[in-house]
Amino acid sequence: MHVADSLKSLSWDDISLSIAAKRASDVEKALTISKPDLNDFLALVSPAAELYVEDMARKSVHLTRERFGNTVSFFIPLYLSNVCANECTYCGFTMSNRIKRKTLTLEEVALEARAIQQMGINSLLIVTGEHEKKVGMEYFRQVIPILKSYFDYLTMEVQPLTTQDYTELRTLGVNAILVYQETYHTRRYSLFHQRGNKTDFAFRLDTADRIGEAKMDKIGLGALLGLSDWRTDSVFVAAHAHAIQQQYWRSRVSIAFPRIQPCTGDLDDNLMKGPTDRQLVQLICAHRIVNPHAELTLSTRESANFRNNVIPLGITHISAASQTQPGGYGQPANTLKQFDTDDGRSVAQMKRVIHQLGLDPVFTDWLPGFS
Amino acid sequence: MLTIANKTFTSRLFTGTGKFRCVDSMFKAIQASGSQLVTLAMKRVEHVSKPDETLARLRQLPIELLPNTSGATNAKQAIYAANLARAVLDTHWVKLEIHPDQRYLLPDPMETLIAAEQLVKEGFVVLPYCGADPVLCKRLEEVGCAAVMPLAAPIGSNRGLLTKEFLRIIIEQANIPVIVDAGIGKPSEAMAAMEMGVDAILVNTAIATAHDPIRMAAVFAQSIKTGRDAFEAGLPRTHLTALASSPLTQFLSDPACT
Repeated sequence: MHVADSLKSLSWDDISLSIAAKRASDVEKALTISKPDLNDFLALVSPAAELYVEDMARKSVHLTRERFGNTVSFFIPLYLSNVCANECTYCGFTMSNRIKRKTLTLEEVALEARAIQQMGINSLLIVTGEHEKKVGMEYFRQVIPILKSYFDYLTMEVQPLTTQDYTELRTLGVNAILVYQETYHTRRYSLFHQRGNKTDFAFRLDTADRIGEAKMDKIGLGALLGLSDWRTDSVFVAAHAHAIQQQYWRSRVSIAFPRIQPCTGDLDDNLMKGPTDRQLVQLICAHRIVNPHAELTLSTRESANFRNNVIPLGITHISAASQTQPGGYGQPANTLKQFDTDDGRSVAQMKRVIHQLGLDPVFTDWLPGFS
Repeated sequence: MLTIANKTFTSRLFTGTGKFRCVDSMFKAIQASGSQLVTLAMKRVEHVSKPDETLARLRQLPIELLPNTSGATNAKQAIYAANLARAVLDTHWVKLEIHPDQRYLLPDPMETLIAAEQLVKEGFVVLPYCGADPVLCKRLEEVGCAAVMPLAAPIGSNRGLLTKEFLRIIIEQANIPVIVDAGIGKPSEAMAAMEMGVDAILVNTAIATAHDPIRMAAVFAQSIKTGRDAFEAGLPRTHLTALASSPLTQFLSDPACT
């Protein structure tokens, strides 16, 4: 049975009610027992836990340092394209948006790769947009070998594919796949995803299983915080992460916490309030406490000040100097972005910051022969 | 003195290079530990753009490098990493680590045995990280490993001598050095392991993530030396009840007895 099927037994409404009913005593229990479970996660993301954020942070720091040491790993995203065959009301790349569309040529891919490599980065996140025909397997078969010659560790954020395609990507040199469910609320999912293959909620939910079946080294999960109630969505993320780890025990699991950001599309009336800074810290620490092994990622969507303070609390992987438009490293422009980044510091600056935080920046953590 | 393959070590504390706040902290902690054998992950060695800072500092210390194959999930990958280490670091010593399990990083016994046998054939001095399984340790000895490195608890867990009873059997049966490799969190646990007769201990997380890694490294060195001294001095037997001195055979001391 796929993990995705087990998630269907969770009721959104029951979880929401249960979160609201959590009290201080539930939070204290979650903070003191040795093996907190999903029910404890509910307590840790509940409003009742907001008073306990300092205690949660302390525990999270301890667990993170014990498991990952005093280190933070760096990666950089490379946007291959901004063409898209989906209508997602919150995204700058959505198909109806009249922006200049661009897919990098093979020469441009190499140019971008060189620019990123010069920053000392050895772990690349390839972001593809979602257009199966224009940016699909045929394109990847040409692009991945080029990128693999520059970077040892390749992560891809790509439209849901089949197990067979993921297996092929792995043999081409891809090590990790991120597919965010955006929201685990079925009906609200349909509200935001109106046209294209992405309207298929179930196929997307099943993606992490297919990545696991393809034996990828890492599987990335997450919800876009602000599409639905962030607390309940995060419970689904935690449940998903746990079940994926149980089933696909050879793969690592990473979790990200993207808060919805302004883009070139109009802001959607259906959006809900995402977590405040305090609540995002609460959420990050909650994930760490119930899942000491998960890799937790914080992107440049967040501000420099927020990142400086939050990275030491439980984050293991960060991006730096990110450009979210295709071709952004070779020729920076401002018009094709998927979303606005907030923390624009260079890799060298970030490296200094991480040192100042008493942590060791990690740039190389993989051997090409492991792929 | 501890001998592994053709090398002798006066320090029985081996250390690692991961999880430190910075290279300087690592350097000083290793110095304070007096360790002469230091492991580093091949996957962390900068092999693309620039000379590796960690490696450059390690070269300044009077230590032997013990590259490890961390990150390998099967025998093939580990053999590749060992060969890379031999080419890059110019050493044929390797700490064999194969952990397909991403949560507890527990070693895969089957793949470890396969890789160990092959690497020994290729001329490596192989020190395998393994579960505290006495039979596996004998099998690793049979294929020619220079030592075995059973775990005390999951790596990085600081949970101490959870596998004590099995380590006891491993020590009893081994004809090669037994190095406890993972899980030791406190100097007192390191001392207890040494008192049992372990030949050496590898400590990384407990030093690297201590509030003061340099001081902690020195304390581990002391406790490991003390534990070894106690083992060599011959610990007295323990008894469940108090024993009066020879109540049953006292009469044999009588001059009348022959």
